[in-house]
Amino acid sequence: MGSANPNLVELRDLKVTFDGVEVLHGIDLDVARGEALGLVGESGCGKSVTWLAALGLLPGKAAVTGSVRVDGRELCGARRSALEEIRGGRIAMIFQDPSSSLNPVLSVGRQIVEALRLHRGLRGGAARAEALRLMDMVGIPDPPRRFDLYPHEFSGGQCQRLMIAMALAGQPDLLIADEPTTALDATIQAQILDLLNTLRAETGMALVFISHDLGAVSQVCERVCVMYAGRIVEEATVAQLFSEPRHPYTRGLFDAIPRIDAPRQRLLPISGTVPNPKHLPEGCSFSPRCPRAVDACGRERPPLTPLDDGRRLACTRPVPLAASRRRIPQGVMQ
Amino acid sequence: MNPLIEANDLLRIYETRRGLFGRTSPVRAVDGVSLAVVQGETLGIVGESGSGKSTLGRMLLGIDPAQAGEVRFSGRPMPKSGTAEWRALRAKMQLVYQDPLAALDRRLTITAQIGEPLEIHRMIPKEHRAARVAELMAAVGLRPDQAGRFPHELSGGQRQRAVIARALASRPKLLVCDEPVSALDVSIQAQVVNVLRDLQEQNGIAMVFISHDLKVVRNIADRVAVMYLGRIVEEASSDVIFQSPQHPYTKALVSSVPVPGKPLEGRMILQGEPPNPAERPSGCAFHPRCPLARDICRTSVPALRQIGSGRTAACHIVAGEAASIETLRRRA
Ligand SMILES: Nc1ncnc2c1ncn2[C@@H]1O[C@H](COP(=O)(O)OP(=O)(O)OP(=O)(O)O)[C@@H](O)[C@H]1O
Ligand SMILES: Nc1ncnc2c1ncn2[C@@H]1O[C@H](COP(=O)(O)OP(=O)(O)OP(=O)(O)O)[C@@H](O)[C@H]1O
Ligand code: SF4
Ligand SMILES: [Mg+2]
Ligand SMILES: [Mg+2]
Repeated sequence: MGSANPNLVELRDLKVTFDGVEVLHGIDLDVARGEALGLVGESGCGKSVTWLAALGLLPGKAAVTGSVRVDGRELCGARRSALEEIRGGRIAMIFQDPSSSLNPVLSVGRQIVEALRLHRGLRGGAARAEALRLMDMVGIPDPPRRFDLYPHEFSGGQCQRLMIAMALAGQPDLLIADEPTTALDATIQAQILDLLNTLRAETGMALVFISHDLGAVSQVCERVCVMYAGRIVEEATVAQLFSEPRHPYTRGLFDAIPRIDAPRQRLLPISGTVPNPKHLPEGCSFSPRCPRAVDACGRERPPLTPLDDGRRLACTRPVPLAASRRRIPQGVMQ
Repeated sequence: MNPLIEANDLLRIYETRRGLFGRTSPVRAVDGVSLAVVQGETLGIVGESGSGKSTLGRMLLGIDPAQAGEVRFSGRPMPKSGTAEWRALRAKMQLVYQDPLAALDRRLTITAQIGEPLEIHRMIPKEHRAARVAELMAAVGLRPDQAGRFPHELSGGQRQRAVIARALASRPKLLVCDEPVSALDVSIQAQVVNVLRDLQEQNGIAMVFISHDLKVVRNIADRVAVMYLGRIVEEASSDVIFQSPQHPYTKALVSSVPVPGKPLEGRMILQGEPPNPAERPSGCAFHPRCPLARDICRTSVPALRQIGSGRTAACHIVAGEAASIETLRRRA
């Protein structure tokens, strides 16, 4: 198995139900070794829940079904110890929830050393040296002087760097970063995206980058999954998606992003609102908001289907190729 | 045209305690800011977290009093906050901020909330109130069947529209919007931005639009002021500033906006972090992060100067004496 299969992680028909309401409706998704995959979609579409479920981190009331394989090993329903070995070791996650970030009463150096002990069995001088190397790697200036400082003595951007350093402590094969830059200022966000790119080039680890910002995703990822109401609706390479979005929702998302490099113009919203998971529309979940919907869309839900060009698409009436090319972003074509 | 709202050299210093037992240290949240907005115009204010945008917005409305400098509304000095005169004026100046749920009363239907200012300011006879509320709801794109809903029964975008409808009820002349769409998803954000723009154009309202999202500001503002640690460092028309930012900070800010499909390479990435506002760097506050900084930047504060028609910048290198000295030196 192992190395013959290029996929590090394989999710199959992953479903999550909270209090009798299904919020994730069968996710099929592969992450190849070393690749950078983006997950985008609006608030509540299931980006975080997908990976929290995969790593067994949801609260007990969540019912999770389906299959999660890491290097061919099944995790769904696996013993706690097996899960813990994978988490932090093979796979590390940076959480969106700020309360789960750094421990405010421990110095940052001790927190990184603790992660090194847990995941790599390092102790004493070796652990300290490695912690300093990690701090330096994520761009904390003068690590020896800052080793004993507490989280509140760092800025928001530096705390995010320290979180990344802790995640890297276990030398993971995959880093899952859930909205790692959303709370940061624009200039700091650019620094962190740059850091993620550099680290990936240096370590060869795979990255899952969760964000609602298509712009940020295009800067760190090679492949992107667009989610809507608990399902993947389109999956393509960054170049494909950005030059020719085929799902009307993807297209709508692109059109709704205000442009900074064009004259002032009226924005193009998607009409309506995201559906309540308790009352999902029949057929395609996007159909009530979709400008291309036909009667069939409200009756039958189109499955996520591979296309000839390598992408996957769940739509009965995709945006025609010529039309989807209308707005070609500059960078992609250069 | 005479400005509707005008601010001259505003100053606001907060005393903050560092740590539980620490000394208090002054934070110059707004430090010598001047601006003017005419009727029907939108001024965008951008800048990093803690740069003083919200404080400035509150000062423009007189909610947060200026410690020095003055605000003038329709040519007259702003009355002291809390006075009857100020309260009367408040009907003409409204604030919309980021969190619509906090701005609304969860026990009242949205009709009741939109009608509230009409009642408080006794603007129109009781019998016409319902019609005016219906008109306001239609103007912001809320459906009549949503009138009886409570805030938690609406989506985030719908709530923000209810807040905007309420702000418009008293027919304000000035609207200060502090991050009004930051909590909304892009598809909904576009709906709310369009509503604001249409209403403003139809009613000739002057608007101050505060946001850290440059993309949104680019599409709603006529003019943009960039703040850094309490000061305006550059101001120009929206068309000009996004196309050819001059101040090194504005350049970095504009270049850091991820444009879908544009690679990260070639973007200007700043070194270092924003400084602690309580420990404001000497000279130009931006100098520790600035790729152009010279000696003069460390010692002397650059003034906001004209650098072209209708645009100003505060930078020794792109808009100061150093700029001309530099050209002289190169010639010699
Ligand atoms: N602990 C929980 N209990 C109940 N419902 C939950 C819980 N966590 C998530 N949900 C629901 O699951 C759905 C998916 O949530 P998720 O957090 O994955 O969204 P998201 O795409 O990450 O959104 P955001 O961009 O806001 O982070 C939502 O409808 C959410 O309300
Ligand atoms: N009530 C207050 N008491 C003490 N300090 C304050 C107070 N309000 C703001 N400050 C400080 O004043 C400075 C400016 O804050 P302000 O909220 O105006 O910034 P902002 O540009 O709106 O930031 P953000 O983008 O995070 O909303 C900050 O350093 C802040 O910590
Ligand atoms: S004044 Fe100096 S430090 Fe400040 S922005 Fe200009 S060049 Fe940079
Ligand atoms: Mg999330
Ligand atoms: Mg603010």
